[in-house]
Amino acid sequence: MNTGTLDSLLLSRASALEAVVIGASAGGVQALLQIFAGLGADYRLPIVTVLHLPDDRRSQLAEVFQQRLGVRVKEADDKESLQGGTLYFAASGYHLLIENDRSFSLSREEPLHFSRPSIDVLFESAADVYGPALMGVLLTGANEDGAQGIATIKQLGGLTVVQDPADAQVPTMPEAALALGPADFVLPIPGIQALLAELNKSQC
Amino acid sequence: MAPDRDIEIELRLLIEAIYLKYNYDFRDYSGASFKRRVRHALQQFNCNTITALQERIMHEPSAFMQLLQYLTIPVSEMFRDPSYYLALRQQVVPLLKTYPSVKVWVAGCSTGEEVYSLAILLKEEGLLERSIIYATDINPRSLEKAERGIFSLENIRTYTENYQKAGGQRAFSDYYTAAYEGALFDKSLRENVTFADHSLATDSVFSETQLVSCRNVLIYFNKALQDRAFGLFHESLCHRGFLGLGSKESLDFSSYAKRFEPLVKSERIFRKA
Repeated sequence: MNTGTLDSLLLSRASALEAVVIGASAGGVQALLQIFAGLGADYRLPIVTVLHLPDDRRSQLAEVFQQRLGVRVKEADDKESLQGGTLYFAASGYHLLIENDRSFSLSREEPLHFSRPSIDVLFESAADVYGPALMGVLLTGANEDGAQGIATIKQLGGLTVVQDPADAQVPTMPEAALALGPADFVLPIPGIQALLAELNKSQC
Repeated sequence: MAPDRDIEIELRLLIEAIYLKYNYDFRDYSGASFKRRVRHALQQFNCNTITALQERIMHEPSAFMQLLQYLTIPVSEMFRDPSYYLALRQQVVPLLKTYPSVKVWVAGCSTGEEVYSLAILLKEEGLLERSIIYATDINPRSLEKAERGIFSLENIRTYTENYQKAGGQRAFSDYYTAAYEGALFDKSLRENVTFADHSLATDSVFSETQLVSCRNVLIYFNKALQDRAFGLFHESLCHRGFLGLGSKESLDFSSYAKRFEPLVKSERIFRKA
């Protein structure tokens, strides 16, 4: 269960998935570009990503990623409905949450783990809404944001993926998640990339 | 999934109890962050369930006032997003100067940082003396703090930087005196400010205005309540009046989208169409 094989567990669960949430911090840009490399505009699921960035810098993330990826990329707007085939980034300086009607909301509440957007805030609200129909992916990073979020996704029946700490540029974040409990998949970057691609094939 | 369904039920009952007992209407707030704040409050109140919290606030009005502090978001700073204030100064103020008197509504003013920022801006532009600023919020404790005009000294450096980036024309320290408890802002700044209890969810328009500034308030509302608020702003604003929103807020998903036109798109400053 804790290895790189994607087969039976995934096949039984993938077609029920409705959304993917991803969290990354230090070293995250490179890791994200790699795992998203194969995604095209026909991708079935919405993918929502929190990448920690300095609060005072206006985020050019969506533009940077759009230039390099086939999938549609944009910053998540307040009250916007989630669409498949779209990669959303959380805006800098705001928490990003998902509502019961599958739309986004933003919040300027206090930072969590010194982070706003916080991965935990996104993951926990997404787990509340999607339950078993959610996959959460936690990548490289230098703090503990996202660990509790991964635990909540797991607890509410979702699939969890943590980057192999040995493969992570900064292992603190994946290690913190694994310290709270085992993930469904612990994979290096190429494995996570393959998993995301596999999810699109296994649609029913 | 049973426990989660229970939480949804308990949340709705809590919101209904607050509305019926205290007339604060959170029924159309964005659910996800409201749920977060209630969960946080549970820890602070040492309550195991939302139902237990409801029991407390039903029978202890002081506990409700305490809960209200967790349910509202008093996170603000002076001249937050300096480019917004710079755009107001350069592109809105010249038009405001054509009016014999100017009324400004800061809706959801929280603890007043934005109110003092606007007052300083209007003062430097020679407009403050013929202006009235209505500063409204649902949280009476926030309004009291706003009215006192004392802000923590540890934030003053950030505020000073913001003020300079916002096109400030003097030394920021001209506007406050440092006291041991904080920075006390000049009384003259609030001579023309009226602080008032007002809810965008339940109250109606109270005055005609030329400028409404409502920043990082609407993100906590669902679409229906956002529309209600836009309706109030539209009704309050004079012909060709100005509306400023938070840096990630928009009219795009609102039925009022066509009734405002962007004036400074990047700063979310709109004009009544």
